[in-house]
Amino acid sequence: MDYFLTDEQKTIKSLARQIAEERVLPVRAELDEKEEFPWDIMRELGSSDMFRVFIPEEYEGLGGGCLELCLVVEELSRVCSGVAVSYAASALGCMTLMEYGTDEQKRIFLPGIASGEKIGAFAVTESTAGSDISNIKTTAEKVEGGYLLNGTKQFITNGGEAAIYTVIALTDKTRGARGASAIIVEKDTPGFIFGKKEKKMGIRSSATRELVFKNCLVPEENLLGKPGLGFIQALRLFDKSRPGIGAQAVGLAQGALEAAVDYAEQRVQFDQHIINIQAVQHMLADMAIQTEAARALVYAAARHVDSGAKSVTEESSMSKVFASDTAMKVATDAVQICGGSGYMRDYPVEKMMRDAKILQIYEGTNQVLRNTIALNLRKRKGRTA
Amino acid sequence: MNIVVCMKQVPGTTQVKINPETNSLVREGIENIINPFDTYALEEGVRLREKYGGKVTVVCMGPPQAESALREAISLGADDVILLSDRAFAVADTWATARTLSAAMKKLASYDIIICGRQTIDGDTGQVGPELAEMLEVPFVAYVSNIEEIKESYLRVRRMVEEGHEIIETSLPTVITVAKEINVPRLPSLRGIMKSKNAAITTWTIADLNVSPDMVGLAGSSTQVIKIFFPQRVHRAEILEGDLDTQVDTLIDRLKGANLC
Ligand SMILES: Cc1cc2nc3c(=O)[nH]c(=O)nc-3n(C[C@H](O)[C@H](O)[C@H](O)COP(=O)(O)OP(=O)(O)OC[C@H]3O[C@@H](n4cnc5c(N)ncnc54)[C@H](O)[C@@H]3O)c2cc1C
Ligand SMILES: Cc1cc2nc3c(=O)[nH]c(=O)nc-3n(C[C@H](O)[C@H](O)[C@H](O)COP(=O)(O)OP(=O)(O)OC[C@H]3O[C@@H](n4cnc5c(N)ncnc54)[C@H](O)[C@@H]3O)c2cc1C
Repeated sequence: MDYFLTDEQKTIKSLARQIAEERVLPVRAELDEKEEFPWDIMRELGSSDMFRVFIPEEYEGLGGGCLELCLVVEELSRVCSGVAVSYAASALGCMTLMEYGTDEQKRIFLPGIASGEKIGAFAVTESTAGSDISNIKTTAEKVEGGYLLNGTKQFITNGGEAAIYTVIALTDKTRGARGASAIIVEKDTPGFIFGKKEKKMGIRSSATRELVFKNCLVPEENLLGKPGLGFIQALRLFDKSRPGIGAQAVGLAQGALEAAVDYAEQRVQFDQHIINIQAVQHMLADMAIQTEAARALVYAAARHVDSGAKSVTEESSMSKVFASDTAMKVATDAVQICGGSGYMRDYPVEKMMRDAKILQIYEGTNQVLRNTIALNLRKRKGRTA
Repeated sequence: MNIVVCMKQVPGTTQVKINPETNSLVREGIENIINPFDTYALEEGVRLREKYGGKVTVVCMGPPQAESALREAISLGADDVILLSDRAFAVADTWATARTLSAAMKKLASYDIIICGRQTIDGDTGQVGPELAEMLEVPFVAYVSNIEEIKESYLRVRRMVEEGHEIIETSLPTVITVAKEINVPRLPSLRGIMKSKNAAITTWTIADLNVSPDMVGLAGSSTQVIKIFFPQRVHRAEILEGDLDTQVDTLIDRLKGANLC
């Protein structure tokens, strides 16, 4: 379907596809098996300017927005969702900086991310604060010379690999969520330690680690925006980043659909290719319909974010929920169509089904996002916005 | 450092078809690509620039549509590109091609290293690199698999030979041809692609080069393609008849007859 992408957007998408097919495809099974962070691929994405896509031109980026980011994520995820999230999390790690940072802060941190030399990460989740991010315990106490961080973040994508971390911590414990602030912490800051690397069901080439802060002193200049705004900043961030998870889901569903069609074309049972069996055809048709619908919603939500619209919460949540539920369904059906082979590690759909599950969980679980959508629905009494 | 890369555009297939009437390659429906070996030459040129500074100029002799190969070269990191295109250059053999390229090098005036691919996938001769060096009267090293060191006007390279590797030192300027073992070519960059779309492609015709028309193209070629054909595949298998002893005797007779035993 023609989504009326600009020439530049088409170029971004086709180069991302080339990288995915030439550099990711040959190694995706190995990266998954070994749970190895894809450094070579990250460097390749860097030298191809893929990290410049979402950074403003003043800071050595190409000035794209949410849609451009989505196009890259979609193409990477079509081949490997683990690689896609490692790339996308770098954007997540600097989006708060791009929105709330001073010119000086952007000048210091963004060019390194744009070139791909440095990778970013975003950390809010803690053992006590998953869906309920207001319940974080990590503190950033104002002391002479900066903020002193203490606490532990968990499940942080790119943890240990990233150089630049945006961390949400309490600068004022007494005010609860209203005392939270966003602070940049650089790798190798004394007192900043990496905990265990998680062993995961899927997206296994991506790194998910604990971040431990033990009297970690961070310069005062690393605070983003005003103290006390951290909670709102995190919510705003996810509002804008959710179409990116949607794009990850669309790419995954697309990859699974392609694999299922290929398999059904060549598998013979009962003296015919199984793609001639109507029960199989209808499954494939439904997979294609759902994938295309998800793509349309994700692109629309991304464009809505890029339009500078004030309220994007509902639209971005819808795109994430619909696309991730679609990816889970399409990947499961792709395994079904591939039969016993599909259940085997030798076939890509096995990995895709494992990779899909996380999409319904991170950046707001699909239940929590349905709460959000329902809340907005009540506000507007179900009328179209 | 002034780095020059010689690049050819070739049909993107090794399954070329031949038109038996015109004795020429059927080009319709075949996408043109940068000669794969030349992508290694370009990559090495770009890496040298990244390490030592300077600029990479890509030179291509070909018809006007070879411009697309040069745009691609820009997206892969070339600074300047020059298309050598003129009816007078057409139907050149390797000698006339090297002659045209050498005239372009002389016009460029300043070059420290000229990098060619080890051979093309269409002509397949591997002759243009050495001929070019000869015409420019500079040293030449073939099948380079690693550039070990460059210092002022001195170069040390490793080259592949049948029994192993040779380390060769030579003075600059020089011409080298590279083997695909030398690097893994990068993919294009977005900024490169965007730059390549608007880049002006310099075209030099015979009027721009200090060379007479009878030295280039068909006129300057000392060889001519009289015929292109696929060698006929003849399968001459023979099943020997009779019982085992008879078959063995027949076989020995045949081998003796062929002076093979
Ligand atoms: C691989 C991976 C990578 C991650 N990367 C990052 C990262 O980079 N940065 C970061 O900060 N975090 C990250 N996370 C954390 C992730 O965002 C959280 O896991 C997610 O928000 C869910 O929180 P939880 O795991 O604590 O689940 P819980 O909040 O404990 O939820 C458990 C279940 O209860 C449901 N539930 C909870 N509350 C409600 C409610 N009010 N209504 C309905 N249902 C509810 C949930 O939907 C879920 O089904 C990552 C997690 C994983 C697994
Ligand atoms: C872990 C595991 C253990 C196993 N253990 C055993 C075992 O102990 N013994 C044994 O004999 N086998 C075993 N199997 C094989 C298993 O029975 C087959 O995988 C299964 O029957 C599917 O066949 P297939 O893999 O050849 O899929 P295919 O026959 O290729 O089918 C692929 C898809 O086409 C559909 N399809 C095929 N034909 C039709 C049709 N006529 N109408 C509608 N849809 C159709 C299938 O439902 C499926 O969705 C095992 C498989 C696994 C994964």
